[in-house]
Formats: sequence, C-alpha cells, structure tokens
Amino acid sequence: MSGQTALSVRRIDAMVLRYWYLLRGSVPRLLDLFYWPAVNVVLWGFFSQFLAGNSSFVARAGGVLLAGMFLWDVMFRSQLGVSVGFLEEMWSRNLGHMFVSPLRAHEWLIALIVVSIFRTVVGLAPAVLIAMFMYHFSIFDLGLPLAGFLANLMMMGWWLALLIVAAILRYGQGAENLAWAAAFVISPICAIYYPVSTLPVWLQPVALSLPGAHVFEGMRGVMVDHVFHGRLLANAIALNLAYLIISGAVFLWAFHGARIRGKLLQLGE
Amino acid sequence: MEKIISVEALTKRYGASVAVDRISFAVAKGSVTGLLGGNGAGKTTTIAMLLGLLVPSSGTIQVLGADMARHRHRALPFMNFASPYIDLPHRLTVRENLVVYAGLYLIDRPKRRIAELADALDFAPLLDRDYGSLSAGQKTRVALAKALINTPRLLLLDEPTASLDPDSADRIRFYLKDYARMTGATMLIASHNMIEVERLCGDLLIMRRGKIVDSGTPDELTGRYGRETLEQVFLDIARAEPIAPAEPATGRE
Repeated sequence: MSGQTALSVRRIDAMVLRYWYLLRGSVPRLLDLFYWPAVNVVLWGFFSQFLAGNSSFVARAGGVLLAGMFLWDVMFRSQLGVSVGFLEEMWSRNLGHMFVSPLRAHEWLIALIVVSIFRTVVGLAPAVLIAMFMYHFSIFDLGLPLAGFLANLMMMGWWLALLIVAAILRYGQGAENLAWAAAFVISPICAIYYPVSTLPVWLQPVALSLPGAHVFEGMRGVMVDHVFHGRLLANAIALNLAYLIISGAVFLWAFHGARIRGKLLQLGE
Repeated sequence: MEKIISVEALTKRYGASVAVDRISFAVAKGSVTGLLGGNGAGKTTTIAMLLGLLVPSSGTIQVLGADMARHRHRALPFMNFASPYIDLPHRLTVRENLVVYAGLYLIDRPKRRIAELADALDFAPLLDRDYGSLSAGQKTRVALAKALINTPRLLLLDEPTASLDPDSADRIRFYLKDYARMTGATMLIASHNMIEVERLCGDLLIMRRGKIVDSGTPDELTGRYGRETLEQVFLDIARAEPIAPAEPATGRE
C-alpha cells in the first residue's frame, strides 16, 4: 500500500506544487521575493562606495559589506521560506486537512525547505545582478568557500524557522511576528558587518555559539586576509547540525502538543 | 460484524473540563452512522480524535484495524474528512486545491478523478475559480470532493450539507448514499440536520455533554421515546435534566 510509505516524493512534490501555485497566482508575493533584496543591495552598495573612500577596512576589502548583506539575506530568506510556508497554512486554516491526509510532518518540512531554496535563489538573483552592474561586485568572487557559506546560512535559516514554527504551534498566532523579527534580533551578535572581537567580551561566547558568526568571520578571512579558515567552516557545520537536531526535536514536541490541545483545528485567521 | 471504527473508554479533557467522557462505540463496515448532539456535545472533538488531529486524554481508537495512537498513518490513506470548519487554501483555484490533495493521497490519474468529482458534485464550471471566491455552498461541495478524492473506505463528515440550499443538499445526500452503496464505504456523519440523518443513517449515536446517551436505528429511537420523528427525540434528549457537568470542547459545534 503505497500510501503508507514513510517518505513519499509524490507527497513532497504535491506540497511544493501547493506553494508554487500560491506564488505564481500572486503578483505581490512574487514582487516581495525580489523587492527587499534589490533595495538592500542598492542601499549597501552606495554605502560601501562611500566608505571605500573613507575607511581603510572597507578600502582593503571592497564589497565586504555587500557580501555580508548578501549572505545574511540568504539566511533570512531561507528562514522566511520555511516559516512563512507554515504561516500560509495557518492563515488558510488548512492544517486540519493537511494532517488528516497521509502527509507526514517531515515530508512537509522537506517541501518547505525545497521552497525556501527556490525563494532564496530566485529572490537574490536580481540583487546579485544589480551588484555586478552597479558596483562591480560579484559574490562569486568568494570562490569555492561561498558554497560552504551558503549551505551553512541556509541550514541556520531552517533551524531558526523550525524554532519559530514550534513557538507558533505552542503559543498561537501571537508568536507569528517572530517569523520576521527573529533574524533581526540575532543579527547584531552574528557579526555580519564587523568582527566578533568588536562585541563586548561577555557577548563574544554567545556570538560564537551561533553558526552565523563563524561564517562571517570566515567570509572576512577570505575577503580581507585572502585566507580560507576551514576550522571556522567546520565549527559552523557542527553547530548547525546540533541546532538542526535540537530544533527538529522542539518542533516535533510542539507539533505533538498542538495535537493534544487541538491547535491544528483552531489555528487560523 | 467487521468493525471499521472501534472506540473504547475514549476521553478528552482540557484541564478540569471534560469534553468527551469515556465513550465506547463501534461502527460496522459499510454502515452509515449518524453522530448526533447539540452544541458542545463532543461530536467534533470525537471526530478530531478519530482522525488523529487530537490526542485523546485516555482510551483507545482503532480505525480500519490501526491503533490511531501509534499507527494512524496506516489508516489515513484510506479515510477522509470534510468539515465546514476547516478550510482549503483560498488563493488556490478549486482545481489546484484538488490536484494538491490528489498528490497527497497518491492518486493515479488525478485529472480524471477531479473531472469525475466535479461532474458528480456539479462544480465543473468552478474548477478554475479561486476557492476563496466561492459561496459557502460551493465551498461545501468542493470540500466534499476533496474528501472523496481518494475514494475513501471510511468517510468522516462534519455537517456535510451545512450552507447548502435544499436542492443542493438533497443532491449531495443522494450522491453520498449512492457512494456508500456503490463502494461499500463506511460513513460517520456528525449533524444537527435530522432530515439528513433520517435520509442517510442506518445507525445513530446520540451525544450529550461528552457522553453517548443513547444509540440505535432511527426506528428504534423513535419507538423508545414514543415519538414520531427524530427531531422530537433529539429535543427530548437535549432538554432532559443535566447528566453531568461538562464544558464545550472546541466551541465549534
């Protein structure tokens, strides 16, 4: 009986299709994919040009701010892709139907991750082109390490999203603003635009407990010192794997709790 | 009698409130059973537990031979559900919604199945309209199509003809009765609508304040209460002295 398989590509495909239908049918949702990254790159591009003539740090590594912006946006878009996907189901009061179908929670999460990759790539592509043509900066100049940075920031976005979804399942719609706010809350300690050493000493261990700080230190290593620190990337991978396991467990706990409290029937606009 | 649903001492508590209170019942294969009761009787809570959407506080549920607490995914591909209280995505068209659910139930030839259902439930002209733009009655028909997409062996329906005009409601009842006859499917229908219950159901379970207070065929119940119609029986039971303090569960019934 094929319906009983623990992991069905067709069910994952059906959920990906569901988000694709939603996206293609909504011009505001499509514009939202491109709009903020494009505005961000224009803003940070001009700011970088100004600082290049006034700051020795930026002058030494042209594009370090733009690279920070791009990479952080990868994390943010990945997180949004998953958490907004969940919110779409909640807003449309569809959770009840979804979970009386054979769909399994992990199949849905895989679909959300696939959609988040799509949203991130499609959303950032115009911003990458704008940076190339307006500021002569290419994120691809980071070379092979870029793949490692991107993979880690995407993973960070996914586990952060899982924690946000768990919070919404546990605390209801009052927690839905976390989907937009969480990334901003942790951004100061992820050392996106400055080294971890800039932070107060007591805050530095907190920063280093997040994979983002290791990725951005690694990025500056490549761009400023022209050295790739494999150790930083390994730290980020280890932290991400640990957080993915923890956040997955927290999500499953929250999902079970939602089934105990009847939240799958109640959550909605 | 082969049991499709078997419930033993099923209870759902929310803190001190008891929404469903140690109910036990069985539903035979191929039967159409009505779950009757007033607002807050525990019908929707019971159906949500049968579907696995809600975890019981205690008791056991077997559906299609699967223990729903541990192996609900063994039963879910062969059952389905419709309720006016759970929506489909508004911004997807009717066709898109049904294609997605056909995928989730791993339906072969989904286009053909969707066309069959659209024809049978009379919504073919609505297939390319946004679900959110439909009237309440049209939504009910589409939700029913979603519930039938996998040709379920067990169909759970919560007020299946709510919001339908009498003509549409009558057609749907006819279709459901025909579906049960043709496929041998089992149905459990929660309803306030006594005409519907009389038309469709061979067996009835009557709930009040979280308990099953009576059961039987429509004839048995009307005979037992000395009444001519089920509506009179329903009113007798609803207006009887309180049997036990209990609170509404979901506030949806």
